Amino acid sequence: MHASIEIGTSAALQYLLRIGDTALIQAQRLAEWCGHGPALEEDIALSNMALDLIGQARAVLALAGALEGAGHDEDQLAFLREERDYRNVTLVELPRGDFAATALRNAMMATFFRLLWERLRESRDRELAAIAGKAVKEARYHQRHAADWVVRLGDGTAQSRARMERALIDLWPYAAELFAADAVDLEAAASGLGPAWSELEAAWREEMEVILGEAGLAAPAATPFLSTGKQGAHSEHLGYVLAEMQHLQRAYPGGVW
Amino acid sequence: MSDTKQEWPLWEVFVRSKSGLDHKHCGSLHAADAPMAIQVARDVYTRRQEGTSIWVVRSDQIVASDPGEKGSYFDPAEDKVYRHPTFYKLPAAVDHM
Repeated sequence: MHASIEIGTSAALQYLLRIGDTALIQAQRLAEWCGHGPALEEDIALSNMALDLIGQARAVLALAGALEGAGHDEDQLAFLREERDYRNVTLVELPRGDFAATALRNAMMATFFRLLWERLRESRDRELAAIAGKAVKEARYHQRHAADWVVRLGDGTAQSRARMERALIDLWPYAAELFAADAVDLEAAASGLGPAWSELEAAWREEMEVILGEAGLAAPAATPFLSTGKQGAHSEHLGYVLAEMQHLQRAYPGGVW
Repeated sequence: MSDTKQEWPLWEVFVRSKSGLDHKHCGSLHAADAPMAIQVARDVYTRRQEGTSIWVVRSDQIVASDPGEKGSYFDPAEDKVYRHPTFYKLPAAVDHM
């Protein structure tokens, strides 16, 4: 088995890992739908979105590796880090659930990513700004597609509505983590690398309320619960995702095909 | 159960690969309504840069010629070569006719 790598602790690096890891783990969960989508057409759509997210993760992780300067490329960062060194928000590592949960999480995350990429286009890091310029177009489509499904299911049959309400209860509390600012955020904002994620909260809530309103759903009330994936303290689910994702590279280091 | 499990209607998809070219029929798909049909057409038929524009139309809205009438419809054109504009001499300056 290939040994794990250790990574630097600078705020800029942590900030990039949060973006790259969140895209990567969201992509892994979406890719689980490949071959299992509710219709062939949606199956392809979900896989397309997963691939878009992997492309974004790859670009950001490559940039993180370059910034760290320890010789780690994007593959090493993805395949050789331990769970505790992953910096994705907890929301994206939760099991994919039913299609309602997937649609809601996609809408929550695509809305967040679209807002984030829009701001990152003005990053002082030119490469990150260029990545954002490309990614924002993908995120716009992801948001539209996912929001459509939230509306269709929320405003659909009794069954689809019940499932969407269930998904809201399950997933909504995890949104708080997206906007909980900490030192990493504040330093990124101060240096001009990117916005503190807390700055995106008002716009995110407004857009989600429009989507939910159209679906005839209401955002659940806030709870004190705050997940901590961004700091590396994850739910019990991430380890299984990584085990599956990393197995091949750990067993056959550097393997290519 | 049975009344909620209806198949989505079928749509025909036409994609224009470049500005200036025609939309070409490239296949069909199932979707609940027009906006969904456009979105899934984008995902199914333009994921490898095939398109710049998409049309979709409900398959049941297309009126087709009857395959059984093929003989009477199309065979009579077979021996009418004079309908092809190949008997004219084009000026050398005219390309790509």
